[in-house]
Amino acid sequence: MKRVFPREEHCVACHLCEVFCRVQHSQSKDIIKAHKRESPAPLAGIKVEEKGALSFALNCRHCEEPYCVYACLTGAMRQDPQTGVVTVDATRCVGCWTCILACPYGAIVRDEANHRVHKCDLCPGLSEPACVANCPNGALVYREKAHA
Amino acid sequence: MLKYVVVGNSAGGIAAVEAIRSRDKEGTLALVSDEPYPAYSRPLISKYLAGETTQAGMAYRSPDFYDGNAVETHLGKKAVRLDLEGRKLQLAGGAELSWEKLLLATGGTPIVPRMEGLDKTGVYTFTTLDDARKLEEGLEPCGRVVVIGGGLIGMSVTEALVKRGVQVTVVELLDRVLATLLDLEASRAVEVVLRRKGVEVLTGQTVQTILGSPEGQDRVGGVLLKDGREVPCCAVIVAVGVSPRLDLVKGTTIATNRGIIVDRHMATNVPGIYACGDVAEGYDFTTGGNRVVPVWPSAYLGGRVAGYNMAGGSVTYPGAAPMNAFNYFGMAIVCAGLINPPAGGGYQVLVSGSAEEGSYKKLVLKDGKLAGILFFGDIERSGILFGLMREGLQVSGLGEDLFFPKLMHLPEDLRVGRIEEPGWRLAATRS
Repeated sequence: MKRVFPREEHCVACHLCEVFCRVQHSQSKDIIKAHKRESPAPLAGIKVEEKGALSFALNCRHCEEPYCVYACLTGAMRQDPQTGVVTVDATRCVGCWTCILACPYGAIVRDEANHRVHKCDLCPGLSEPACVANCPNGALVYREKAHA
Repeated sequence: MLKYVVVGNSAGGIAAVEAIRSRDKEGTLALVSDEPYPAYSRPLISKYLAGETTQAGMAYRSPDFYDGNAVETHLGKKAVRLDLEGRKLQLAGGAELSWEKLLLATGGTPIVPRMEGLDKTGVYTFTTLDDARKLEEGLEPCGRVVVIGGGLIGMSVTEALVKRGVQVTVVELLDRVLATLLDLEASRAVEVVLRRKGVEVLTGQTVQTILGSPEGQDRVGGVLLKDGREVPCCAVIVAVGVSPRLDLVKGTTIATNRGIIVDRHMATNVPGIYACGDVAEGYDFTTGGNRVVPVWPSAYLGGRVAGYNMAGGSVTYPGAAPMNAFNYFGMAIVCAGLINPPAGGGYQVLVSGSAEEGSYKKLVLKDGKLAGILFFGDIERSGILFGLMREGLQVSGLGEDLFFPKLMHLPEDLRVGRIEEPGWRLAATRS
């Protein structure tokens, strides 16, 4: 299965991946409305880490053995047995934050307005995730793992 | 004869079923539980009591889980006797299951310290859905409830009761609530919030006697504390903790200490018998020894390892760790490992912020490695540190960066490698 991989030598920390991730996961799918009008504000499932000249964007790795799924107290976090994609069922998440402590990538964030967590879902329905499609530098690639 | 029998229908048992079926779709598999319900999320009983969820909302797996995984269920049937020589498990009512591979995931049983008056109507424990239901019935009407124990169970039932508009008095033996999980600073901040919500918090106190009610001596009417004070109440909830539920293995040759002793494959000393979850005493990576670590994530992980191995795999348990995340009264707190290191033990403690002001972080290091994490308020990305702790990586060079965990703080070789490929893969070690 494909995942999103950062190329730190191409990333200039423009944060457009976060912007387009929010738009894709917004109600309106409109960049202005998503950022200025929607309440609660949509969250990004990808985050740019930066320090000096080094930067890269990181989202959920969709681990083969996902600690977040194993740690989930309610069964809300699950891994699709066919695709391996790890998603959270928003109706079953109660916002206990156990997965946040369990994720070694820091890739799960609190959605405090809705009392649940938010994470990358690899944009179901799109041929490639919004973060990858909208990165101006090719600093995110959607590909199979190197050792798949 | 059944190929697999799983005793227990919570995190550990379900994890084992999922792991077994990932390797062996055919082998006969039975699951036994004394509870009559499909697997539910035990931690959600507080949300249930608070009226925030229903039994259906607590389902841990989809309704077709058992059929879909070809599991023969024996729900509402207590496993009463284990015959190791005959490889048979006897259930209440007389049925017998014979097994080739057996998993004991029987969980914990509430600890109820001896005190006078325990036999009165209105004394409850709080670990199962039925406990929550009985308590709910007993609360109509009820002005004040005394919760004995200011730990995780005590806090979760207290929050639920407050949401229901019930007055609560928490009686904690130690000098502060959540004393074994948090440090003094964080415990005090929790107590401030509890009191603001109208909860009476009595620390350094014990209940000596559960008193009768004027309406009947067989009903709870109050408690008498160690210092002679009386607290009128109509219900007492004993929430001191849980201990491994060992009744099934008593008198057998299965080795126990506090819990059923298991090796890194989650196997007991008796071939073909495995254990996991709150009943097991397995590897704890924070101490390097065996310990009962009754937390949900470890139960699932242990059950998964046990299941793989029962189905012919050879998978090693990465180890449990005391780890908890909670959100009582909107306070986000995560903690793992050793939070209150003994003086003179060679520990280094790093602290940032203030719990009372809403954000507090504490890290405990030993020999340059993380031994404990406590994040209060701002908990984002705490999992990065938990991962470093689990892997035993040197972090002393990261200094203050540890308070703001990022993958980029790791050396390049570690960082790039783990972004490409998560370091730990249970499946990869399958035989």
